[in-house]
Amino acid sequence: MARFVAAKAFGSPSGELTLLPFNFERTGNAQFLVSNMVGDFIRLTEDEINKVIDLKLNPGDGLYEKAYAAHLITGTQQKAQQQLLALRLRSRMSFLREMTPLHMFVVTLRCEHSCPYCQVSRQSTDRSRFDMSEATAQRALDIAFESKSSRIKIEFQGGEPLLNFDLIQKIVHAAKAKSATTGKKADFVIATNLALLNDEILRYCKDNEVLLSTSLDGPPDLHNKNRPRPGGNSYELAVNGIRRAQQVLGRDRVGALMTTTESSLDRVDQIIEEYLKLGLDGIFLRPLSPFGFAVKTKQYHRYDTKRWLRFFERGLRRILELNHQGTPFREFYSALVVTRMLTDKPIGYVDLRSPAGAGIGALVYNYDGYVYASDEGRMLAETGDNAFRLGHVNTHDYSSLVLSDTLIDTISASLTQCAPECSDCVFESHCGANPVHHHATQGDIVGIKPLSDFCERQKGTMRLLLDMLENSPRDAAILRSWASI
Amino acid sequence: MILPLYGTAVLNHGFGAESPRVVARLRSLGTNEPSDGHDFYVVRSDTELVRSIEEKRSSIFVINDDVSLAGSAVSAFDRVLSVSAKFEYLRSGDVVGVHVPTGRFRTLFRSNSRHNSFLVTERCNNYCLMCSQPPKDVDDRWILDEIRESLPLLPKSTPTLTFTGGEPLSDWARFIDILADCRDLHPDTAIQVLTNGRAFASSEIVDAWKAVNHPSLIAAIPVYASVDYIHDYVVQAKGAFDETILGILKLKDRGQRVEVRVVLHAHTAPTIAETSRWISRNLPFVDHVALMGMENTGFAIANENSLWIDPMDYRESLSEGVRTLADTGINVSIYNLPRCVLDASIWPYAVQSISDWKNGYVEECRRCIEKSKCSGLFTSGRPRQSRGIRAIQ
Ligand code: SF4
Ligand code: SF4
Repeated sequence: MARFVAAKAFGSPSGELTLLPFNFERTGNAQFLVSNMVGDFIRLTEDEINKVIDLKLNPGDGLYEKAYAAHLITGTQQKAQQQLLALRLRSRMSFLREMTPLHMFVVTLRCEHSCPYCQVSRQSTDRSRFDMSEATAQRALDIAFESKSSRIKIEFQGGEPLLNFDLIQKIVHAAKAKSATTGKKADFVIATNLALLNDEILRYCKDNEVLLSTSLDGPPDLHNKNRPRPGGNSYELAVNGIRRAQQVLGRDRVGALMTTTESSLDRVDQIIEEYLKLGLDGIFLRPLSPFGFAVKTKQYHRYDTKRWLRFFERGLRRILELNHQGTPFREFYSALVVTRMLTDKPIGYVDLRSPAGAGIGALVYNYDGYVYASDEGRMLAETGDNAFRLGHVNTHDYSSLVLSDTLIDTISASLTQCAPECSDCVFESHCGANPVHHHATQGDIVGIKPLSDFCERQKGTMRLLLDMLENSPRDAAILRSWASI
Repeated sequence: MILPLYGTAVLNHGFGAESPRVVARLRSLGTNEPSDGHDFYVVRSDTELVRSIEEKRSSIFVINDDVSLAGSAVSAFDRVLSVSAKFEYLRSGDVVGVHVPTGRFRTLFRSNSRHNSFLVTERCNNYCLMCSQPPKDVDDRWILDEIRESLPLLPKSTPTLTFTGGEPLSDWARFIDILADCRDLHPDTAIQVLTNGRAFASSEIVDAWKAVNHPSLIAAIPVYASVDYIHDYVVQAKGAFDETILGILKLKDRGQRVEVRVVLHAHTAPTIAETSRWISRNLPFVDHVALMGMENTGFAIANENSLWIDPMDYRESLSEGVRTLADTGINVSIYNLPRCVLDASIWPYAVQSISDWKNGYVEECRRCIEKSKCSGLFTSGRPRQSRGIRAIQ
């Protein structure tokens, strides 16, 4: 049938091709990792990437097909790929539609623990000095309900927030009344060490659908070393508290977070074991935060990022092994990153997004009424650094807080989409801006990324996860199942 | 067994000159349904002929090889149509379209079939290598009128209707009117439109499609590759990939339902794993993906040498593609491929998709325990059999 035309006739000559935006990184001898505008990865050789950049490719040569399917090139007359990328980018960034969904209320600074890495809490019984007042709480609540999110989460922080449980109850009550009139739903969570948990509190949480989030750092000796308290029984109280909360509230109503210290680094298997024993469905292998006392007490520099990456890898491999043996258990940070790598789900996780989550992802209302752009921001303030103080509940409303020069400068200057290093980094789509961290560690909200431990950690974890996705089908299958597809 | 869906009436009598085309709905004698000028009573024998006179029916549809049966009684009726006995499958509720001057007729609707489809036009702006309904550049807009005349005659209980072509949106404004009729006359009937999707690159057309606000409408659109020129080659139209993908995006942007279809042949099947990965990554929001064995008919026969690939030779790639799509949470089905050529792990996705009037089984199938769930084989065109046809036991 002469009426049919051969395949060759349908390819665009290179004069009709143009490049789409992409980033790349040399990964070895003449090998490159390439990511398109929405973070899909492909591998190219040096020769291939040069040909792509010079548009020296032809239909049928294998490279054209690879580059076209990966959205590295498009036809000058074509629109679909650009629309596709725009749509996917819009989906990835749509977490921005929910402005400030998280509001943290520091209801007291007082705490019965004296953890070395925590700078904020006070061993004091002076309620008037360190507890949030009712008036402050009411103002903070007004601001929280002014935020544009359709649904907000109110997190009670401390110190140990259960030391001011009265105020928590009042805030929950007032918030529910506001929900009823405004239609804006509020969820509640108390971040507590559980030492003061009792039946009355549990019943209250059950009746009011309040979640609990606690700390569990590992086996007893590790946990108690991290978290000294009179009696040295922090671990016992936390574990008992988790168990009781699971019974009364339900397994999905109590979560645990670990703090990583130098002593944690060689013990990841035991830490995971603790979480397993409690029937928790996963763990977040967190880096040590560089804030406040942690910096001051030199804790932060006691271990370097490479050691942490080994800790992370060992933990992740252990968790994958558990899954292979039939125990479903997740590493939540990996789940987050893999979801971003494999889907276009909007992930607004406060510490891993750009625009940064400061202020527009979360606001922190300190006990004294000052409002901060992030939890780390208020910790810095305790060490005398007010860089992320946005205002005070008595003098500001939601708009003046999020439109403050401090916040706008912080967010706009730190965008990974335009920051030096980040803007052409192959991992940019899956990374985030962390201005508070870089201010704290480098005195600069943008940060010099080659010197940044945050950046090193990001690259290290992403390379590891990518390697598993590409080269280890067994592990990849588990990781994919975490990707909340 | 293939049902003959068109033929020529051996006798047509009583049709005035006002319209060359008539849409006839068949009815059974002895019933009391309200009838209008479209209704013809089925007569298969002498006895029924007598009965139809007794019942004072004005229009009859005779199904009998003996022309004299109808011929003997024309004067007793206003209108008579007579067709040969090979159309004995026709029954009450069926609808046929007749071209009066030539007597040519087509079965438009079969009331006891799950696979009713209306051919909207033979025109198309693609020219696919494997087209089962080779396009013709003719003015066939009378078909649109015929469909509009037929729709009110269909039972409200019709579960699904398919519109196919050619490209149904060739005359898009008039086709949209048909969709609006479907919405008004058959709100409970799910409508599927087999389109190449290129028309939806125009916002005006997508907006009109959306404005119909049909409760259950889906556009089934083929995507043959993740690379522009391969798709364009398969559909023999430069620029088609760009328009088709743009069309899908615009439909989904307006909340319309879309099925992506990939017909598997030598230019698409070997890369089906890649294409599936591309769909998962780029179009995870489509409502359904159908990976379809090819019917060896129409142009596919003309291009058989370059198109034929034994499904056994893309078995692995197909399994991988199905898994990728399913893992992404996309609703995926395999059409037109018998179970024995598929990896057992993807049987749950394989559907009995071949229309009832053209599917069949071979000798081997008699011993197969999966037969009741198997799509069987196409009997239409020039059937080619995979070397993998083997009874499952
Ligand atoms: S912080 Fe580092 S890993 Fe993240 S985007 Fe910037 S350069 Fe890339
Ligand atoms: S042997 Fe026949 S019935 Fe069985 S799977 Fe194959 S084609 Fe289907």
